[in-house]
Amino acid sequence: MSASNPAPEKKRGLLVALVAGVFLLVALVAAALLVNIAERKQEAKNSTVRLADVTENDVDPAKWGTNWPREYDGYKRTSEPSHTKYGGGYGGAEGVVPPQKAARDPWLTRIFAGYLFAVDYRDRRGHAFMLFDQENTKRNVQAEGKQSGNCMHCHASIMPLYRKLGKDAAPQASEAEQLQKGLEAVGALGYWDAHKQLEQLTGKVHPVSCVDCHDPKSMELRVTRPAFVAGIQKLAVSKAAVPHLPSIERWRSGDRARPYDPNVDATRQEKRSYVCGQCHVEYFCGKGTTIFFPWAEGLRVEDMEKQYNSIEVKGARFKDWTHAETGMEVLKAQHPEFEMWSQGIHARSGVACADCHMSYRRDGAQKISEHWVRSPLLSANRSCASCHPYSDEELKSRVEAIQDRHFALMSRAGQAAIAMIDAIVAVRKPYDDQNRPAAAAKAKETFEKNSDFAKLGKEDQDKKLAAETKANLLAAWRAVVDKDPAIKELGELQRAAQWRLDMVAAENSMGFHAPQEMARILAESIDLSRQAQVKAGEVLSGKVAVAGAASAPTKGPKRMSP
Amino acid sequence: MKTNRGFSLLPVPLTLAAAAAGLAIGVGAYAFWYAKGSSYMGNDPATCANCHVMAAHYSGWQAAPHHDVATCNDCHTPAGAISKYTVKALNGWHHSWAFTMGGYPDVIRARPESSAVVEANCRRCHSDLVDSMTQGGNVSCVRCHASVGHAR
Repeated sequence: MSASNPAPEKKRGLLVALVAGVFLLVALVAAALLVNIAERKQEAKNSTVRLADVTENDVDPAKWGTNWPREYDGYKRTSEPSHTKYGGGYGGAEGVVPPQKAARDPWLTRIFAGYLFAVDYRDRRGHAFMLFDQENTKRNVQAEGKQSGNCMHCHASIMPLYRKLGKDAAPQASEAEQLQKGLEAVGALGYWDAHKQLEQLTGKVHPVSCVDCHDPKSMELRVTRPAFVAGIQKLAVSKAAVPHLPSIERWRSGDRARPYDPNVDATRQEKRSYVCGQCHVEYFCGKGTTIFFPWAEGLRVEDMEKQYNSIEVKGARFKDWTHAETGMEVLKAQHPEFEMWSQGIHARSGVACADCHMSYRRDGAQKISEHWVRSPLLSANRSCASCHPYSDEELKSRVEAIQDRHFALMSRAGQAAIAMIDAIVAVRKPYDDQNRPAAAAKAKETFEKNSDFAKLGKEDQDKKLAAETKANLLAAWRAVVDKDPAIKELGELQRAAQWRLDMVAAENSMGFHAPQEMARILAESIDLSRQAQVKAGEVLSGKVAVAGAASAPTKGPKRMSP
Repeated sequence: MKTNRGFSLLPVPLTLAAAAAGLAIGVGAYAFWYAKGSSYMGNDPATCANCHVMAAHYSGWQAAPHHDVATCNDCHTPAGAISKYTVKALNGWHHSWAFTMGGYPDVIRARPESSAVVEANCRRCHSDLVDSMTQGGNVSCVRCHASVGHAR
């Protein structure tokens, strides 16, 4: 030992210190790893901790969020803008409304002429905005009061109001009956009246939230919306084939002692679609009716059409509106995602809405359902790859190939619809030209007796006169349509063609939910539009005699000869 | 004086080093035990589901036709002892890194090296039947027989 030489000793000391440092580092990493492993083990053990007690009346998701923070985080993220090639628009930052759909598909404005959707019809955005966007669309201006309380069925967490009004209306009835009563009561209110009543009841009106799909006691999935329950019960008692909903087929083969109950009979996997089907469906909710889903004949486009065509409102066949250009009574489709999914291969294979749109996500050692509900294209690995083991790029390009083809076909159908409208307008025009003097005179006559009208300024008077003249022209034209089978047929063709086109256009998947079915529907729509165009041409050219023209209130117009 | 000087210089770093070594070995050993480290040397399929990521694969294997005749290791590690433990070590490193650091895809897919191990094991047991079928061709067994190992 060369104690007299301090240098090697110092070196050895340094070496020892270095070794100690390395050991310390190893100990540190081992400790960190240990903590991490312990955390993962803990995560796997306790998935939730109930800190707050939640009840049926807790419509505020923030309270639920204290118990289920991971799910709540996802729910909140639905406010973030997201888009795919065809969906969601390129809205940009949060709070910016998405672009008008008609900016991409100009034919939408033509087929919706005379309806509120020609005024404002924007691309969709996340769940967080469902209520805000409804409160702010130009279709629902408070001063105009055009919408009913029915609309809140799907845009607000409204169950407490249904329960309260249902209990008031029928204190002795069962819970289900009371809900139906409550639904009727809210439907009879104007939108903004219902909004106010709900606000008084729950403090603040919330968009659809946790309680609308989860039982607060067990967190089990459940459906709450009375219109869905009524609709699926009608579907259950119908003869429509529903191979993708095995619980309905089981119920049908049973004794049917009680109505089909989605919350009792359905499997968990079916409920993972039912909860979405409470709102992502075709429905009617106009003023004066209680919202209903047209499922009594089945879920296909012609099943729903059949039902709408067999319903009478105030003695006349059901219509959504009268087309402003052609004067024909037509139908409006909503967003039939549940119905279209029902026609597709994914439904048939037992794949639920939530499997793709709320796919399972790992969070540490936990597996949770993603509550940031959005397009599966934005999470292809989680949404698709669990069954289709391919790369994200491959999966996306497969879906986009379907969507590109679908968009091309739909645009063709839109063009065909415009050609049809042009052709029917050409048939109507000579009638309007001939009827205009009488219609204007009648309008003047109507307002001459009206003392309020005299008080109006010239501009307002002219506006009212023009509107009344237009209404008189329409009435005269409707009389022609009703009398003349050839012209009536044009209306039937337009109704059927537009119903099919809109059913596809309003559906949010750009064809993906059921590509073949939607191609079939579009093919029918194109065919019907072109049939209408051909028949309108025959009427115009005099090839088809129009009986109504001779017996029309005013003398029939001269046909243009070829 | 010499000894005194030596003693006064050595004990501090040496003691420190010894303590550090003891700490590292102690904590490391505890972590190894706590994480069921020794189970990874064995052949029990439940081990692979230790970290929860494999829970679905594990239950899929239990429901699949091969669960009576093949464990995880029979398909996912090579047959030879040295290559088996090399693959185990490599995969163990990848898996623990991914599970600790996060950021891996929810639906995981085999790396090409891992697929090659599986394919080789299919042929190891089924050579009598498949050798003549696959001769000269680059044929993947699991491309068609995807659910023999893990039922869906």
